[in-house]
Amino acid sequence: MAEAVPVQPAALPVGPIGRRGVGWWGVGTLVASEAALFAYLLFSYFYLCATAGSDWLLEPTPSLRVALPNTVLLLASSLAAWWGERGVLTQRRKQALWGFGIACLMGTVFALVQLHEWRTKGFGIGTSSYGSLYFLTTGLHEAHVLVGVLILATIFVWTALDYFSPRRRLSVSAGVLYWHFVDGVWLFVFTTYYLTPYLGFGR
Amino acid sequence: MKSADLRVPAVGPDSVPHQARLFELWEGAGGIAGFLGSVDHKQIGVRYIVTAFIFLVLGGLEALLMRLQLAGPDRSLLTPEQYNQLFSTHGMTMIFLYASPVLSGFSNYLWPLLLGSRDMAFPRLNAFGYWVYLASGIFLYVGFLTGNGANDGWFNYVPYASRPYNPGLNEDFYSLGMVFLGISTSVGAANFIVTAFRTRAPGMSIDRLPILVWGTLTASVANLIVVPAVSLAFLMLWMDRQFGTQFFNTAGGGQPLLWQHLFWIFGHPWVYAIVLPAMGMVSDGLPVFCRRPLVGYSLVAVSTVATMILGFGVWVHHMFATGLPGIGMSFFSAASIAITVPSAIGVFAWLATIRFGKPVITTAFLFFSSMIILFVIGGVSGFMTASVPVDWQLTDTYFVVAHLHYVLIGINLFPVVGAIYFWFPKMRGRMLDEKLGRWNFWTMFIGFNLAFLPMHLTGLMGMPRRVYTYAPDMGWNTLNLITTIGSFVFATGVLLLFVNILRSWSRGRPASDNPWDAPTLEWSVPSPPPPYNFAVIPTVASRHPLWEGRVPSAERSSISQGMLLDVGKETIGTTALDAQPDMILEMPEDSLAPVVLALGLAGVFTGLIMKAWVVTAISTALLAVALLWWLWPRRSLREREPADG
Repeated sequence: MAEAVPVQPAALPVGPIGRRGVGWWGVGTLVASEAALFAYLLFSYFYLCATAGSDWLLEPTPSLRVALPNTVLLLASSLAAWWGERGVLTQRRKQALWGFGIACLMGTVFALVQLHEWRTKGFGIGTSSYGSLYFLTTGLHEAHVLVGVLILATIFVWTALDYFSPRRRLSVSAGVLYWHFVDGVWLFVFTTYYLTPYLGFGR
Repeated sequence: MKSADLRVPAVGPDSVPHQARLFELWEGAGGIAGFLGSVDHKQIGVRYIVTAFIFLVLGGLEALLMRLQLAGPDRSLLTPEQYNQLFSTHGMTMIFLYASPVLSGFSNYLWPLLLGSRDMAFPRLNAFGYWVYLASGIFLYVGFLTGNGANDGWFNYVPYASRPYNPGLNEDFYSLGMVFLGISTSVGAANFIVTAFRTRAPGMSIDRLPILVWGTLTASVANLIVVPAVSLAFLMLWMDRQFGTQFFNTAGGGQPLLWQHLFWIFGHPWVYAIVLPAMGMVSDGLPVFCRRPLVGYSLVAVSTVATMILGFGVWVHHMFATGLPGIGMSFFSAASIAITVPSAIGVFAWLATIRFGKPVITTAFLFFSSMIILFVIGGVSGFMTASVPVDWQLTDTYFVVAHLHYVLIGINLFPVVGAIYFWFPKMRGRMLDEKLGRWNFWTMFIGFNLAFLPMHLTGLMGMPRRVYTYAPDMGWNTLNLITTIGSFVFATGVLLLFVNILRSWSRGRPASDNPWDAPTLEWSVPSPPPPYNFAVIPTVASRHPLWEGRVPSAERSSISQGMLLDVGKETIGTTALDAQPDMILEMPEDSLAPVVLALGLAGVFTGLIMKAWVVTAISTALLAVALLWWLWPRRSLREREPADG
């Protein structure tokens, strides 16, 4: 039986070029799984909220004085990380270092402010299921912020070592994608805990 | 772009010097470091299978002990607490440490061979997944062996699992162990997904995938999304028990049903995850012995995915007896009944394949085809309990125990044993003994049905599950004795499998490359396959590359000529849907990072259970270092510039 002619591809990229590489897909699956985790946390919130009595919310009007600016700060850090990634893409290493450095710093400040926010709460992790869920959800998010800050710091060092070019930079794009996820998922957490009570959920 | 960034892959024929070059590139190191650092999917796959079978034996011994206790009324072989730990550990072992990992093992071993690739997309992640599975299995069994095993059933309902009612460390071992194991399942799922979409042989478009790939891919997508639900549930339980949180405590505004929701949002997709790949083995293996392609390939592939999509919407059928609103139950009941449609498609496709084929009766054929009968029995009893009033009558009786064993043993273990008979020659290069195989099959088949068919009746007569003994005048004595006898016959059958493997390991008849005259790519390489799998990357033109010319197919695949890719440790990356060559993938060398990372995790969880925070902190630091070492951009993998410096 005559065999067919095998595929003869034209020139192919060797190893990851740009975002083209299995690593990009790998971080995509990680983000999908982590997003699911936060979806279950928020499911738990709305489930408990719906099945509990009207006094379930320990803070029917949560203060936005610190939380809102802190949220804006976190979202801005995503912009900084994106700007840093642009720096790698356009071979402006200084811009890249500034971008990753500022993003890393903003993430650190967010984490510290979050510690402060916890201290000002009038309830603890064992006060009620609301308190438990608040601290577990924001605590898990805080852990993700810490990991993200370490990733940004690592990317900063690697950029400083001049590892990357517009072609070889999958590590950068993967790390920045993770940071975007950490920031994006906070919007859902923030909306659930700080905004939906004002919309009447659970009151 | 620099020249090193792009290359036209050389295409040519297979040759001996070429194979020697590849062997040089792909052969792993020997010794202990080579063992611990191996990232070869074939080695990892076999490790998964062997480890899963060790857990199968442990879970089986636990079951036999329970059957001795239940052989007659009022027996006192086991105390109630011992019985609780045995049935819980048995369930945990079989469902989490055997049924899923054994399928991961087969898929790990087989996928690159089925897909015409040289390894999985993430070989180091693959090794990491195995080490975490092993470590978490040991962690869970340390609990059991120190008298701290899970004791609240595998689905572990609160409040009995809560600390006031369960003060020992039992539930803490189970909780932390499950969070630990979940890491292995998640990374494994991610690896399968990326492998399926990115590392297939050119031409293997998604309508040419073997059904096993469809099954494992579907299961992996589900696992990736649902495993976090159960990890979260167990984390909450551990915090409730150790840190005074109130997730499940009604006095603190918590909700015990939250446990059940989170558990079953995971739990029901999970039971499909531990049968769909096994159904895929039957869909791929059975046609080989029927000497014709599977009837209704596209329908079977689509129904595999449809089963899982419906499977996301049925979790509440485990909770019909908890007092939920009627409208909710009706929805979940309807969804559960609707699942019979895609399931039936599979059954009719297999039956039609046998009917329109020319079956060759081998041991593998017997295991694959008997699965159809067991699936129908287990499916019908499941369909019955999908109806709310029937479920109210039968829930928590032995009827449900009979159902779940028909499903899990029938659709997981029987296909898996069939798969061993089918693929052992490829893995070991030797055939298993067919005559002993017949004894193996009939002993297992008769023993299984003797044990579990009467159990439906035991349940209908009202015997509740999970009781450690029963009074003599309930009318359950004979049925229980029959089940005990059947379980020992069944266990003898499983023992015959091990005897066959041990005997054939070095003395079995040598196997050719394609001893069953099968159609798919894994049979085109030597038995056992070389470390690089394929000397040349095949080009695939149909679903059954080795049967072209016999069954209608317009084009011919190219097996003995293809891309050589012998410049480095390389394989081909292809586009997601139609598998056109897209890039050359640089594959990692053996690495100790995965095993070090898994050890770090083991340290973290050991510290958590002992509340030795120093241990946890040091282990976390070790984790961070190992991860940094792993992810550090390497020139050899072309993750950084200068690529050719």
